[in-house]
Amino acid sequence: MTATARARTGTPWIYLAPALVVLAGLLVYPVYQLGLISVLEYTQAQVSGGQPTSFQGLGNYAELFGDTEFWRVLVATVVFAAACVVSTLAVGCALAVLLTRVRAVPRLALMLAALGAWATPAVTGSTVWLLLFDPDFGPVNRVLGLGDHSWTYGRYSAFALVLLEVVWCSFPFVMVTVYAGIRAVPAEVLEAAALDGASQWRTWRSVLAPMLRPILVVVTIQSVIWDFKVFTQIYVMTGGGGIAGQNLVLNVYAYQKAFASSQYSLGSAIGVVMLLILLAVTLGYLRLLRRQGEEL
Amino acid sequence: MRRPWRFAAEASALLVAAVVAFPLYWMVLSAFKPAGEIESDAPRPWTLAPSFDAFRRVFGQQEFGRYFLNSLVVAGTVVIASALIAFLAATAVTRFRFRFRTTLLIMFLVAQMVPVEALTIPLFFLMRDLGQLNTLGSLILPHIAFSLPFAIWMLRGFVKAVPEALEEAAYLDGASRARFLWQILFPLVLPGLVATSVFSFISTWNDFLFAKSFIISDTSRSTLPMALLVFYKPDDPDWGGVMAASTVMTVPVLVFFVLVQRRLVSGLGGAVKD
Repeated sequence: MTATARARTGTPWIYLAPALVVLAGLLVYPVYQLGLISVLEYTQAQVSGGQPTSFQGLGNYAELFGDTEFWRVLVATVVFAAACVVSTLAVGCALAVLLTRVRAVPRLALMLAALGAWATPAVTGSTVWLLLFDPDFGPVNRVLGLGDHSWTYGRYSAFALVLLEVVWCSFPFVMVTVYAGIRAVPAEVLEAAALDGASQWRTWRSVLAPMLRPILVVVTIQSVIWDFKVFTQIYVMTGGGGIAGQNLVLNVYAYQKAFASSQYSLGSAIGVVMLLILLAVTLGYLRLLRRQGEEL
Repeated sequence: MRRPWRFAAEASALLVAAVVAFPLYWMVLSAFKPAGEIESDAPRPWTLAPSFDAFRRVFGQQEFGRYFLNSLVVAGTVVIASALIAFLAATAVTRFRFRFRTTLLIMFLVAQMVPVEALTIPLFFLMRDLGQLNTLGSLILPHIAFSLPFAIWMLRGFVKAVPEALEEAAYLDGASRARFLWQILFPLVLPGLVATSVFSFISTWNDFLFAKSFIISDTSRSTLPMALLVFYKPDDPDWGGVMAASTVMTVPVLVFFVLVQRRLVSGLGGAVKD
């Protein structure tokens, strides 16, 4: 091996070094710690050093899985995330198609409004939506004639309100990405389809949809990841998980367990459960990519 | 397309745009309304007596300017640092063939899926052991780490799009590796870096959980999301203050978005076309 060739094999690792150091220290190590804490007894006494930590095995998990509240929160999280993903994708894709059908001015208006919603920080968006639906001073109840109906009081109406906010701030990513994808389809392909006498529906089903499939997979997976981990909206809009924890999702549940009641081990065990669920989604995604024959 | 259909499509596009923009309009409007008008049973979608009272309250009551600066420092550092680190890493995985390359790529993808929020607990202890609690570093470091995997994954497509022939030509002309990297490749990949930085900027600027968990006692290190919630007391919120603070917090992101808007759309297109 010549000197230059050897330099070549070393170079990528030099380029990768900063990224790998940062990721090892702040991602891999914390994941390991998360797993470790979840099998230890770790409460305020251990944090302050008053008592030694003791190994619990799977005791924390047993306690968690034996708690009916955990299962209720898990089901709520999955259903809520699924509803968010489906609504976001439906709205985002429909509007992306709409964008291709209109002239420049309406397109710009919709694009700017969507970018505005996208840019709005989660905390801000949450408080604004709360004001819009406020029982006393909000415009929505006035327009709908609902009097002083409280949206955050009932379990389902509170979840519905949060869902609206989540869809509002996350459909723009789907819309912009899918729109960019449709625009990237070469005009000749569509012309050829039109020349062959394909109907609008047929063009969509047999030409556009297969070409857009990789993009749709990407936005679906991103949405699943984001919506499964919703924290800020639930925390702010339902006041930390709703009345008697009726609006808890896993993320908020873990936070409350760890930082509000100092049960760090239980909080970490919930974190591990979330990690495993998302890992399963990722592996499914990878298999899908592989089957499509994409080269990494 | 036939005329009436296009008209319907354009009308609904404008209608949707109005609905989507309405919350933002209401936020700015409420920030400028005088106190009596916000807390009224008959909210009106306009105000005849705009006032700066709420803004004065926001900037007067707390060190709001400082929180704004804190947020800016954290987000700015994260954007620049993660863009540079991700650029180097993306170059490594696209321009070189080496052992474990595919393994690394899969690991970057898996790393993206890690629920950042779940790591709050171990990160809290890590920051405590590093003596970083209550410092801006406790926000900067994790955010760099969490924006990297997505940034690398997205930049890959942009680096790949630069033709190999260009690289060979540069070396034939006697350019060093470093010169090619920073003076030829870097400017060509810049649009991709901009699109990527939007994501790291937003997630950092918006971060609420880490700020809430790691900045526990030294409020002079607070960032905007925490400061905003001071005005939001669930029982008796100061809506004017909340909306004024929200406006101040949203404007920089909007400006950033408008600046990079064009590059963002083409950037996402470039990333997905790959």
